[in-house]
Amino acid sequence: MAIEIEQPSVSVGLSKVAVSETHGEDSPYFAGWKAYDENPYEESTNPSGVIQMGLAENQVSFDLLEEYLEQQPEASTWGKGAPGFRENALFQDYHGLKSFRQAMASFMEQIRGGRAKFDLNRIVVTAGATAANELLTFILADPGDALLVPTPYYPGFDRDLRWRTGIKIVPIHCDSSNNFQITPQALEAAYKEAESKDVRVRGVLITNPSNPLGATIQRSVLEELLDFATRKNIHLVSDEIYSGSAFSSSEFVSIAEILEARQYKDSERVHIVYSLSKDLGLPGFRVGTIYSYNDKVVTTARRMSSFTLISSQTQYLLASMLSNKKFTENYIKTNRERLQKRYQMIIEGLRSAGIECLKGNAGLFCWMNLSPLLEEQTREGELALWDSMLHEVKLNISPGSSCHCSEPGFVLNSPCSFNFHAAGMIVVVTVLVHI
Amino acid sequence: MRLIVPLQGVVQGRGGLILGSLIPCALFYFLQFYLKRHRSPNPPSPSASSSNLAGLPRTSSRSTLSSRGSLGPVRISARGSSIAKPDDSPYYIGWNKFRDDPYDKINNPNGIIQLGLAENTLCLDLIEKWVSENLSDSIMGRDGDDLSISGITTYQPFDGMMELKVAMAGFMSQVLGQAVSFDPSQIVLTAGATPAVEILCFCLADHGNALLVPSPYYPGFDRDIRFRTGVELIPVHCRSTDNFAFSITALDQAFNQARKRGVKVRGILICNPANPVGNIIPRETLYELLDFAREKNIHVISDEIYGGSIFGNEEFVSMAEILEAEEVDKDRVHIIYGLSKDLSLPGFRTGVIYSYNESVLAAAKKLTRFCSISAPTQRLLISMLSDTKFIQEYLETNKRRIKKLYDSFVAGLKQLGIRCSESSAGLYCWADMSGLIPSYSEKGELELWDKLLNIAKINVTPGSACHCIEPGWFRCCFTSLTHEDIPLVIERIQKVAETCK
Repeated sequence: MAIEIEQPSVSVGLSKVAVSETHGEDSPYFAGWKAYDENPYEESTNPSGVIQMGLAENQVSFDLLEEYLEQQPEASTWGKGAPGFRENALFQDYHGLKSFRQAMASFMEQIRGGRAKFDLNRIVVTAGATAANELLTFILADPGDALLVPTPYYPGFDRDLRWRTGIKIVPIHCDSSNNFQITPQALEAAYKEAESKDVRVRGVLITNPSNPLGATIQRSVLEELLDFATRKNIHLVSDEIYSGSAFSSSEFVSIAEILEARQYKDSERVHIVYSLSKDLGLPGFRVGTIYSYNDKVVTTARRMSSFTLISSQTQYLLASMLSNKKFTENYIKTNRERLQKRYQMIIEGLRSAGIECLKGNAGLFCWMNLSPLLEEQTREGELALWDSMLHEVKLNISPGSSCHCSEPGFVLNSPCSFNFHAAGMIVVVTVLVHI
Repeated sequence: MRLIVPLQGVVQGRGGLILGSLIPCALFYFLQFYLKRHRSPNPPSPSASSSNLAGLPRTSSRSTLSSRGSLGPVRISARGSSIAKPDDSPYYIGWNKFRDDPYDKINNPNGIIQLGLAENTLCLDLIEKWVSENLSDSIMGRDGDDLSISGITTYQPFDGMMELKVAMAGFMSQVLGQAVSFDPSQIVLTAGATPAVEILCFCLADHGNALLVPSPYYPGFDRDIRFRTGVELIPVHCRSTDNFAFSITALDQAFNQARKRGVKVRGILICNPANPVGNIIPRETLYELLDFAREKNIHVISDEIYGGSIFGNEEFVSMAEILEAEEVDKDRVHIIYGLSKDLSLPGFRTGVIYSYNESVLAAAKKLTRFCSISAPTQRLLISMLSDTKFIQEYLETNKRRIKKLYDSFVAGLKQLGIRCSESSAGLYCWADMSGLIPSYSEKGELELWDKLLNIAKINVTPGSACHCIEPGWFRCCFTSLTHEDIPLVIERIQKVAETCK
């Protein structure tokens, strides 16, 4: 039942935050999603709808989750007679359920092949990594300060890191000449750029494995990043949300491993963000964590997490699931294999269409080089191509410019949210060829 | 950076031109440069300013001149520092103590009894029963004959599933005895009422603006609203002679005083039913409040989280009812709700923003990406809230049980000569222990609180933590007690009371 709202002549004012554009939802990244929402592809009922490849959602291992929940109904119920329900329903402690933190710590260790240890008392729970990143930003930086972020980066950061916090993002420019790796020169240049504008840099935020590149950051680069942060006495945030989506465990190096090798010297500036939205395909559950080596940050983050706690029911369910070593080992392994396979399939398909991608080894997407298809090698040219992809070809992929990539023509393509089978793949490729 | 050039050196003449001007100039520039680097972009709020200094290591300010911040530990933000300092409010100190030494009838009979957390365990048995009969269906869902979790693992709308909004609208209506119907499209769901309040503040006020809040008020507002938004709370003091009801005159005075200070008031935040007093705002007052808000062109936030916990005979009128009846400008009214109190499910993190303002709804929806309700919980709640028969039974039973416990607890306090204010709602009573405090002051009140916590081992909330202007009042939450616990609590208070006479 709609309620008519009379618009008064002198309207009551709203805040700057409410009316600001920093939510970023006018960018192509979101325009594509809207187009998909309005006209989603469905194999049988809407074959001419928009195919969603602009959302990094992992559906390749969904069957494993379903199987687990069917076999372990106690995990999602509280057992017959519901003991434990009472405590659970009342539990709103911002420390988070201990068993859940324990399970999360051990899951994170498993993903890193046991090469790093995680202390359950350093885990802060949040309703998703989106909240974790924003919360950390509130804690590490004041309004007007800056975080350095390597480009290209996840478009959501513009909103998540800046909107309510009032901070700036200063890009660390990376380019295709060295596969978009972060160099010490680029780090210094970004820092100097901030300095020249009288902006105080509070930290560096990296995503490892990288979104949108789909590649892990090399050990030597991580060492440089840590040294840089130490020299400048700033923080280092490592968003490792795709750590379980590296195609092979050995290729992913976590900042936690670097710290352990250094016996945790200078570790109080390092903070890791994690979530189950990508690796475990559970974005709907809203499960994120901050893992900090800084006691003050842990205490503060905990208190601030009151604004973004995870439902105790979900914590309970996941505590059970993630401490089931048999399930997690199998899941991690199978997920990696399937992701790699899906990745190979799309890379080969694209190659046969004459499109090259960055050599990736992680994530739910690939970073395509569509510059040969651009009419002009500019941002406008890239957006023109994106536009025709979306409206003519009905394919939602994300243009590199929305990821702040300084080179036009690179495009983010997330094939893992799409229920592919071979025929579908061919459709996508032929369509790309015909542009 | 404005450059102020000292003139003395130039005036001093030739020899002095270098020494007299260059060096002072250079030093002056360094000073301005240093000051500029260290002036925070926004003036810290009063509560944060002292803690800023406390939180910073002393060495870093000196060293920064030469090598910016490379000495000393890496710093967190001013916002972070003010949150990081140890809790100094009795509200939180009491909780911490309780956590370290919680009362348990069998295992820790001398532990601290918690009367400082508004938690209702009286009807959890009803919910437990419902859950054991309905849970797996409600989460897993049925896809034909097969259980399936599809639909809850994927990304959901951040502001909540439409089915839950529909179920919530129905529930809110049931709570009000069907006096109002709520439109699901005006609902934004959040992970608890805590982020709901914060989101509204972000939408309605800028950093440095203020909200008027009738006091005494819920201690959590100090943190929830001021932490990150930078919005100030201005208490509007209410008196026991009025049974702590607020007056428009007082609001007007507070509004004008703020204006004189150069502070812009953006709205009024009321809690109805009130916390900690437990009184209900009469219909007339709500109309007057709306008139006042319209006159000043400001917002009204009505936190109605205890709307279903009413045990007295007074009529509870929701803002929604007023707005449905009248064609007043609704753009300025926003209601907060949640399931933590009325349905005893604080762990599930379910809060509601109900607004009549399209722009606020649009902005709030976007902000829910930082605080969405977990999907399996949404599913469970859709099922539970749609079971209107169960909900009806729950709401009625809950009211009965709260009243019984309230009557018993208040009578017990009366025997000790402790009077409680007139209240008809909430999970607590508001007790006047001014007869027991050594001096009629905040200091005296805190001394009594300390005795109650450490000797009587009961955690109650002193009025000063709620910004009550009259010393000696204490909020005692009783809905996590059983009837058998009450004599024990009274006995313990009595022991302390005797030492105070």
